[in-house]
Amino acid sequence: MSTETAQAEVKKPAEGLLSKRRKKFITDPLVDNNPITIQVLGICSALAVTTQMQPTLVMAISVIFVMVMANLTISLMRNTIPTRVRIIVQLAVVASLVTLVNELLKAFAFDMYKELSVFVGLIITNCIVMGRLEAFALGNKPYDSILDGFGSALGYSWIILAVAFFRELLGSGSVFGVQVYDAISGLFGEGFSLATNGLMVSPVGAFIILGLIIWVQRTKTGYVEH
Amino acid sequence: MQQSNAYIITFSVILTVVLGLLLSGTSQVLAPIQKKAVELDTKKQILGAVLDASQLRNMKADEILAYYDNRISSKVVDIEGNLLEKDSDGNPIIAENVNVAKNYKMAPEKRQYPIFVFHKEGNPDAVEAYIVQVYGAGLWDEIWGFLALDTDLNTIAGVTFGHKGETPGLGARITEGAVQNRFQGKQIFDDSGNFQSVAMQKGEGKDYSSELHKVDGLSGATITANGVNAMLNNYLRFYKAYFDKLKASKSSEVVALN
Repeated sequence: MSTETAQAEVKKPAEGLLSKRRKKFITDPLVDNNPITIQVLGICSALAVTTQMQPTLVMAISVIFVMVMANLTISLMRNTIPTRVRIIVQLAVVASLVTLVNELLKAFAFDMYKELSVFVGLIITNCIVMGRLEAFALGNKPYDSILDGFGSALGYSWIILAVAFFRELLGSGSVFGVQVYDAISGLFGEGFSLATNGLMVSPVGAFIILGLIIWVQRTKTGYVEH
Repeated sequence: MQQSNAYIITFSVILTVVLGLLLSGTSQVLAPIQKKAVELDTKKQILGAVLDASQLRNMKADEILAYYDNRISSKVVDIEGNLLEKDSDGNPIIAENVNVAKNYKMAPEKRQYPIFVFHKEGNPDAVEAYIVQVYGAGLWDEIWGFLALDTDLNTIAGVTFGHKGETPGLGARITEGAVQNRFQGKQIFDDSGNFQSVAMQKGEGKDYSSELHKVDGLSGATITANGVNAMLNNYLRFYKAYFDKLKASKSSEVVALN
């Protein structure tokens, strides 16, 4: 990915597909401007879906799809959208995409649909999606908007996956449904067993994990809220 | 021009039509696939009452459907245990399509009660278990399930529960195999034949293996457990007339054989 940076800037009018500027769209939201840990957006779904890895992964993929497509659509329409109704237009586009995802899940991943459909619907109200549409896609070209949406969604995804990892491991003793605690207990033989922590399966557990992640991250980056 | 009312209205109308067509189109295209997914899910739940969760997980969708067709026959009865074959419009009633949530809103006397008969392998005449459908309310939202009774129509062969919105890690545990297995071998009638139902007890981790009508409860989810108890108690009563008829016809068969 990093090889294409040299050719750009000077004379060529065409910018590299992943020029330095564009790379920042993707890398920035991962840590330095993470939607969850820095902007503290999208917390409700981060709490709700993260009890287990598998639904969290499906949720992450859904959000990535919705954000990329919504950013692209809004960016393509940006010069025609009347400013007075732009929020409604954004809402209509996001809601349609979310409904699409929900229908697809119902058809092809019914088990996930049963578990997630409430939360997939809530992607509509996920502040990250509308925030990026309003702040970025309305004023930038389609390709840049795709990268921006992808970056923000990825920043959201890795945080909820990290939270889900710890919550499932500590709360249910498993990762992706594979019983890790049982395997560990088996190594030490009879009478040894790891206890799961019930706190981790309740939303409180997500708050604690999320707080710890934010703490570690801000200690490393030195970020301070103004 | 972009800010004129006419432009805004035109824009909104076009957007609405385009998005509307897109969504209704997808819905149309996906409807048959979704219907199959729902059907598979229902059959999985029904089979879940008699099969191990791990066994069911290892079967592919086609295998489950084939297995279901092979081993399960279904019928619908009313509260008096009479067979229902056609609804008021003369359409045949299919047990798998009975909407238990819709029925729940009607008076118990008017509801349709599906029965799924689990046949022995390789012998379609011999019955291994009777599976009935149950439905009720948990703490937050609806709960439902299927309960399989042995041929004595007393001993529980297995249960499977589903829920819409119980608390993850607490009430939602009714979907776990470990919790559902606690019902196995319990009995719904006492020795003298009086209906007792089965009930999850308050607290968790106690040994109820010698008690035939008590099941170890759910710590931290007493209201969900009570919901399960009420659901089982209600629906087993609704099915009782059918069970009685079944028992009567059986004993007469035995007499006939003698």
